Amino acid sequence: MSTSAFDAVVPVVCVALAGLFAMLAEAFRGKTEKMPIGGLAIIGLLGSGFASILLWDRNASSFGVVTADNFALFVNLILVVVGVLTVLFSSETIERDGIPAGEYYALVLFAIVGMMLMAQSSDLLLMFLALETMSIAVYVLTGLRRDQANATEAAFKYFLLGAFASSFFLYGIAFIYGVTGTTHLERAGAAIAAQSMADSPMLLIAVGLLIVGFAFKVAAVPFHMWSPDAYEGAPTVVTGFMSTGVKAAAVAAFARVFLSALGPLVDDWTPVLWVIAVLTMVVGTVVGVSQTSIKRMLAYSSIAHAGYLLVAIIAANDVGKASLLFYLASYAVTNVAAFGIIAMLGSKDSANDELRDYAGLAHSHPALAALLTVFLLSLGGFPPTAGFIAKWYTFSAAVTEGYYGLAIIGMLSSVVSVYFYLRIVVMMYMTERDARPVPPPVPGIAMAGLVVSMIAVLYLGVLPAQVIAWAEQSIATIF
Amino acid sequence: MAFDLIAFYVFAAITVLGALAVVGQRNPVYSVVAIVGSFCGLSGLYVLLDAPFVAVVQIIIYAGAILVLFLFTVMLLNASREDGAEWDRSHPYYRPGPTRLGGVLAVVLLGQLLWAMSRIADTGGIGEQQPAASSVRLLGRVLFTDYMFAFEVTSILIIAAMVGAVVLAGRKGN
Repeated sequence: MSTSAFDAVVPVVCVALAGLFAMLAEAFRGKTEKMPIGGLAIIGLLGSGFASILLWDRNASSFGVVTADNFALFVNLILVVVGVLTVLFSSETIERDGIPAGEYYALVLFAIVGMMLMAQSSDLLLMFLALETMSIAVYVLTGLRRDQANATEAAFKYFLLGAFASSFFLYGIAFIYGVTGTTHLERAGAAIAAQSMADSPMLLIAVGLLIVGFAFKVAAVPFHMWSPDAYEGAPTVVTGFMSTGVKAAAVAAFARVFLSALGPLVDDWTPVLWVIAVLTMVVGTVVGVSQTSIKRMLAYSSIAHAGYLLVAIIAANDVGKASLLFYLASYAVTNVAAFGIIAMLGSKDSANDELRDYAGLAHSHPALAALLTVFLLSLGGFPPTAGFIAKWYTFSAAVTEGYYGLAIIGMLSSVVSVYFYLRIVVMMYMTERDARPVPPPVPGIAMAGLVVSMIAVLYLGVLPAQVIAWAEQSIATIF
Repeated sequence: MAFDLIAFYVFAAITVLGALAVVGQRNPVYSVVAIVGSFCGLSGLYVLLDAPFVAVVQIIIYAGAILVLFLFTVMLLNASREDGAEWDRSHPYYRPGPTRLGGVLAVVLLGQLLWAMSRIADTGGIGEQQPAASSVRLLGRVLFTDYMFAFEVTSILIIAAMVGAVVLAGRKGN
């Protein structure tokens, strides 16, 4: 076995090593000594991103179960961006809430290890292990603030429902193994295609169970019940992390399993996903409108975005294929940055996440208000931001494939969602601030992260061609 | 052959009697102890089926780890003897509808079991299947070759779970 046999796991190993070092650094830290553990995490993540770029177009594969095709590498890069931004926004929360830094960063990095492996695994068994690694780390991150009852409640709910959904996923894998005799995606796909087993009830049961498992992780209706509570109870930075990272990894694995291995059954699973996508878009927006807590509102908004991502999976033609990854990239950057700003505005005693807490923010924090406006407009799909191009590509792909109903429902729901994004903007700019204490100033490093995210959002919105070209090359590797 | 048969009946009897004792006991602690006995009988059956690894796992994980947890929980909750007079006959489950449904389900289950047993007799029993497919040596070889990477990923999973447990349950303040 030459060293190149390990190529495909290098991005994952970089992050895993950073996680282990973060734990060791915390263990050997003096009681009052301060250590830049966040910097260590960023080094690991950048190393992983660099490795992913070097592996581009090489189609590396290790151990027969890990692939580094362009699809996985593109998702890896999205996860690196999400990870770095999360770390940049975290330092203030950690100090404010007294969260143990070493353990926090270690858990974030282990979660990213799981996410990357979900995108990279070409074997269902490994995908399950990756899913569990990610989930367990995120359950704990949700419940980090032990002194707060709603955080513990959120973590517990998330854990119980998540464990339940994982067992559905595992059961689905067992059925796939029972029918095809393998858990390897390519071999299972070949077996399904060769034997034309479209009518086999066992296989349909397997598809159904896998859909439940994935739909839970991407928070699609009707498997979304956990997400508003979990998103609200978690520290806001973690909410940003899990609403983007977990979703990106789950969508990537979803696309890989359904578009490659289960591709021959496309006529069986498309109607199911159609219903789920419509429900997800409608419920996410309609319930989101009535929320008064911004965290809860963005939770419902991210449910609606899961619906748009499902539209991209359903409309997977030549346009739709690239739109899936492009949507994922633009949504991830925008959402993690929006939650980052909300995290900065919180205080130790309260999250300050009610809508009225944002009254007059433009006067006390003009820069933050402007940045938040850009991110909200992108989430709502206004030009010239990334969200507009992403939605435009997704819906035009749906139209090209003949899913007119899906495209119309999607567009209507995103028009409705504009209402709640703009409500925050109006609150910030056109309402007088009452006698509430002004939130503390934002640390420079987090500000830098926010500005970079804003530039990325505008770049993707104005000059999307290059990234779309990369996205096309990427998804071409899975089907 | 005769020895196999005797051993089978002994282990099967232990398993079934243990299971009956679990349901029959009034004291939950005795129930847990009885289920440990039942699992030991099961693992004996696994040995007879040429599956030593499953047998050992049955003892270590089920009888050893999980049921000890059960025992601790039962003792910590201080669950006292179940009292027959306390059974709530007015509970919705005791209405005629659910009771009849339960009866029908029991009959269906019995029918399934009988059908399955008649089918097994047709295929000539389990003894003719490939032996030792799950022997410890083969399992270890597969685990450390084909599934080596998955095995390593499990270690990250366990580390994440341990760190999480320490963070959630560990020191306060500091």
